[in-house]
Amino acid sequence: MDLQVNNTPTALKTGTTAQFLTFIMNGEEYGLDILRVQEIRGYSTPTPIPHAPPYVRGVINLRGAIVPIVDLRERLGMPSRPIEPTTVVIILKVEAPDKARTVGIVVDAVADVHTISRECLKPTPDFGGESDTNFACAIATIEEKMIIIVDIDRTLSRRALVPATALTE
Amino acid sequence: MSFESSELRAELLGIFFEESAEGVDILERGLLSLADGDHDENLINDIFRAAHSIKGGAATFQLEVITRLTHAMETLLDQVRSGERSTSSELVEALLEGVDCLRAEVSALRNEGETDPARTETVQERLDGMANTGNAAAPHLAASPAATKNEPDCERLWQISFTPHPQLLQSGNDVVRMFRELAEMGELSSSANTRKLPSLSEIDPLQCYLSWELKLQTTVGAEEIAEVFAWVEDECNLEITALDARAFKLHASETEIAASPAPSQPEASVSTKNSESSASVRVSVDKIDALMNMVGELVITQAMLRQVGENFNIERLGQLEDGLAQLARNTAELQESAMRIRSMPIRVVFNRFPRLVHDISRKLGKKVELTITGESTELDKTVLEKLSDPLVHLVRNALDHGIETAEDRVAGGKPESGHLTLKAYHLSGSVVVEIIDDGRGLDRKKILQKAQVLGLPCSDDMTDEQVYGFLFQPGFSTADKVSELSGRGVGMDVVHRNITDLGGSVRMESESGCGTRVSIRLPLTLAIMDGQLLRVGNQTLIVPLVAIVESLQVAWSKTHNLVGQGPIYRLRNEEIAILDPARAMGIVRQQAGDTENALIMVVEAGERRAGILVDELLGQQQVVVKSLEENYGTVDGIAGATILGDGTVALIVDVVGLMALARKRLPTRNRSEKTSESVHLFPAGA
Repeated sequence: MDLQVNNTPTALKTGTTAQFLTFIMNGEEYGLDILRVQEIRGYSTPTPIPHAPPYVRGVINLRGAIVPIVDLRERLGMPSRPIEPTTVVIILKVEAPDKARTVGIVVDAVADVHTISRECLKPTPDFGGESDTNFACAIATIEEKMIIIVDIDRTLSRRALVPATALTE
Repeated sequence: MSFESSELRAELLGIFFEESAEGVDILERGLLSLADGDHDENLINDIFRAAHSIKGGAATFQLEVITRLTHAMETLLDQVRSGERSTSSELVEALLEGVDCLRAEVSALRNEGETDPARTETVQERLDGMANTGNAAAPHLAASPAATKNEPDCERLWQISFTPHPQLLQSGNDVVRMFRELAEMGELSSSANTRKLPSLSEIDPLQCYLSWELKLQTTVGAEEIAEVFAWVEDECNLEITALDARAFKLHASETEIAASPAPSQPEASVSTKNSESSASVRVSVDKIDALMNMVGELVITQAMLRQVGENFNIERLGQLEDGLAQLARNTAELQESAMRIRSMPIRVVFNRFPRLVHDISRKLGKKVELTITGESTELDKTVLEKLSDPLVHLVRNALDHGIETAEDRVAGGKPESGHLTLKAYHLSGSVVVEIIDDGRGLDRKKILQKAQVLGLPCSDDMTDEQVYGFLFQPGFSTADKVSELSGRGVGMDVVHRNITDLGGSVRMESESGCGTRVSIRLPLTLAIMDGQLLRVGNQTLIVPLVAIVESLQVAWSKTHNLVGQGPIYRLRNEEIAILDPARAMGIVRQQAGDTENALIMVVEAGERRAGILVDELLGQQQVVVKSLEENYGTVDGIAGATILGDGTVALIVDVVGLMALARKRLPTRNRSEKTSESVHLFPAGA
């Protein structure tokens, strides 16, 4: 098993299968390591943060903790979409070398939970482009269906979410 | 007891470090009282016991350097105790140096840091030298009623009956080590009594079942033999008998050492070193109990509310209201007791000052009396940690610049020794710390002159407060010459900045020739603060109430536009820049506000003032400061976030940051302004 998966989902480090939560954006199905998902909740208007990148919608109050909300569509370069009844926020644990953070992502709708074995995970094809546009860490195929596994640690890194002025100073 | 398990050793070492730190504090405090001329026997015993405990512990862990240091100190103290040596200031100084070395050694061991072996060696030599000079005759227990003078050189046979309590081994004592020490004194023979030893199946390896009969042929006296056991005196039955006519018994439990209670000041024992105290807080059981009570009440209230809610009808509205009122009260109380857990008495910081004042006044050749009041005033731990350095600065300043030499004081008709007071007390929701000296006071003229030299804007008709405010400017010093302690002009500005960072303020009052009073006002806690809610665009922002000077409405026609800088307003002879937080923070205003008048909130940060353009003032409330950094990151101009009553998040403005942001952003924004993106409140030409 010499798979070129950039960021192995936690569950696959030990077992041969892992569960993934899938969600829909722009008609495409995306997947997340389910062990990173804390909860799924409805959309509530966040408080905007000054100078934050446009895809950071703001922060919400998650039972006393201040949690940033990222519009994943915009983050992945897709056009934003108005909030609909199916729009949900997935609260995730984002791992970083220093410490884990809690971040919420806005997606069009949640789809399913799939159990995917190692064999079904394929590395993402090389488009020859810039490496930091590569938000997927693997592609899974289940019954002719393709699921893009999102590398959330890279997509939602602190550097990507915090206004540049705060980092350069 | 040997430390076969390294885990156990580490744990015991941890306890030893904790106890040594306390012991060193007791030593230091005791020595300082001694230096003040207090010759109470109990005091000397306290000091002696502290040194002895450290020595015992250090020997158990084979910490050679500490053992030797404490041994030398102990010898000197013992000579004082027996009246062979008077407490000269030279002695106290030497012992204090020893204390410093001890503290350095213990802290180095604890943090695995480096020590200064040369310094320790010098101090050790000095202590040893002192111990060997003067009356170096064998020490004796002056207080023991049965004590008789021994002839030191006469060899005698002692019978020692040593019956340890079963838990002796659990306190880290090693019987073998004690016997080895005895064997060094002379010829030792021992026989163990195994009568109490249970069968192998019942044996508890942590208990001591044995007792011993020892015979020691030696020249040393009973006290020195007893001393070997002093470390375990509370945990054994000890009988030392001379096997000749002049025998006397020494019951450990009856000795004077054991009779006075061990010095314990649990509250004072919290270490003041940041690196050691930041990880954990010692909380008194009372506080925890209070918190538990509150939680209990909260649970009851919750049950009551649930009952009301289960089959609610409009008749039960009264009950619901009662329940909610009770909930509000419970929450407030719970918040208060949780806050009290985080708070510590200011004693923790004040404790270091007797020593500091002692050292500095000696160095300067001044006579200073220090009075400390209100040391049990409690403050948030974070505030307390950051308060220490500014206070040291201020006390040094007071000693160096404030208090005059004894000759000058007498010439000025004042008592010979100066007086320094450290005072802490509560005042309407904040804590005030004052440093008061009765020295020469601040020289208004000199400060003004210096301000002129430095090119600071000043005039003769400034108020005293404004004049003294110059002292907080970086690089401002009126000292004629730079001394080792102060006068370099660094310090006061640091003090001011540190205190402002804590959300507090510093004030100076002075009367020439009579002294100076520096008042520091601090918030009780950093986690909760009073905030002013305001609306900018469609966002609710919070400004700390302490930063707000006033709010006023001004007509746009009264403001002036400074080219490239934005509008300014002249408020009582002071030009105030008007900052638009919407522009600085990129908040979109859906519609233009009032084009006639502007609502301005004047805020103050340090010496700077600015007006913040506000759309609406909402209300004041206490807000709980939440970290934005935890899940997100730092944002310029934002100090944190809080949760409002309706559950939404509101950002707390960092006034200093906002001013910096506005300064940085305004010029560039003016040139490339896109009016379609947001509507700003500044009408053209204003």
